[in-house]
Amino acid sequence: MNPYNYLYLAALLFTIGAVGVVVRRNAIVVFMCVELMLNAANLTLVTFSRINGTLDGQVVAFFTMVVAACEVVVGLAIIVTIYRSRRSASVDDASLLKR
Amino acid sequence: MLEIQTPETIMFWVLAPLSVIAALGMLLVKKAVHSALLLAWVMISLAIFYIAQDALFLGIVQIVVYTGAVMMLFLFILMLVGVDASDSLTETISGLRPIAITAAVGFGGLFVSLIGRASLGRDAVGLTEANANGNVEGLAAKLFSTYVFPFEVVSALLITAALGAMVLAHHQRSVARPTQREQSIARFRTGSLAGVAGLPSPGVYARHNAVDVPALLPDGSAAPTSISATLKARGDMLESRSFELGEVDNTVAEEK
Repeated sequence: MNPYNYLYLAALLFTIGAVGVVVRRNAIVVFMCVELMLNAANLTLVTFSRINGTLDGQVVAFFTMVVAACEVVVGLAIIVTIYRSRRSASVDDASLLKR
Repeated sequence: MLEIQTPETIMFWVLAPLSVIAALGMLLVKKAVHSALLLAWVMISLAIFYIAQDALFLGIVQIVVYTGAVMMLFLFILMLVGVDASDSLTETISGLRPIAITAAVGFGGLFVSLIGRASLGRDAVGLTEANANGNVEGLAAKLFSTYVFPFEVVSALLITAALGAMVLAHHQRSVARPTQREQSIARFRTGSLAGVAGLPSPGVYARHNAVDVPALLPDGSAAPTSISATLKARGDMLESRSFELGEVDNTVAEEK
């Protein structure tokens, strides 16, 4: 099978994730959409690794996973902290600087 | 000419539309928990794609780290934070949704057409040679030679993230926790004496698991304070009336 199909799929998933970040209001769902974008990027890296016949792409995808895990840990801690002070996980409520 | 379908092709054309539908569903479903489950499905499909593309190690890591640890963390935080108004799909910024969809169509179209035009001028090499000694061995050889410095940096990043999460989650009290006596005094000092003996507990009816049924006050009205605010916000509160006994059944069942 032509491996370029995986690239199309990754592009679609990345776009869907980007729309989710803009459209959804719940901070946790927004965060999950960021994860979807990271995963789509990983699929691209793995596919390029296969197309080029070297393992470097897979190593970079592995690093991306580690960074994503760190990001999730810190991001969720931030969401919990905001929730604790504002009693809401909506991204619209954290707009104190606007007023 | 009829092309022979390899197993990978069939797998791709079954799983790829399903994962795209699941990703779209993530945007459209109302509850965050459903979004999380759909994302877990997308991640498992991606793990299968990785394994199909000779990235066995990454496929396993994807399942263990993403669907195992990360999604569990997401669900955990969802349970902790609970449901609130931010789950609603109403548009808070007017005109945002059409703009976002237009931008997405442009962005995705650009991406897809770029991939369609770009080519390396040769067919895919495949990983048979690179994986000759095994995928994990090949990755390890790269990781501990060329990429050893990034690897160490990433370990520092992990430790920093763990520390950061601990610092963020740590909650230092600025005033001491009020004792039971102080709470009691504070209750008496409020205007009314209604809550002096504590709030009424739910569940006066033995006919229902009644955490979600408000207690009845002596005058027959329901006591809204006896129900947890979370249940109320979620709309899981039941009406007390439906559990009232109409008339007492005096007939005794005949013994056999």
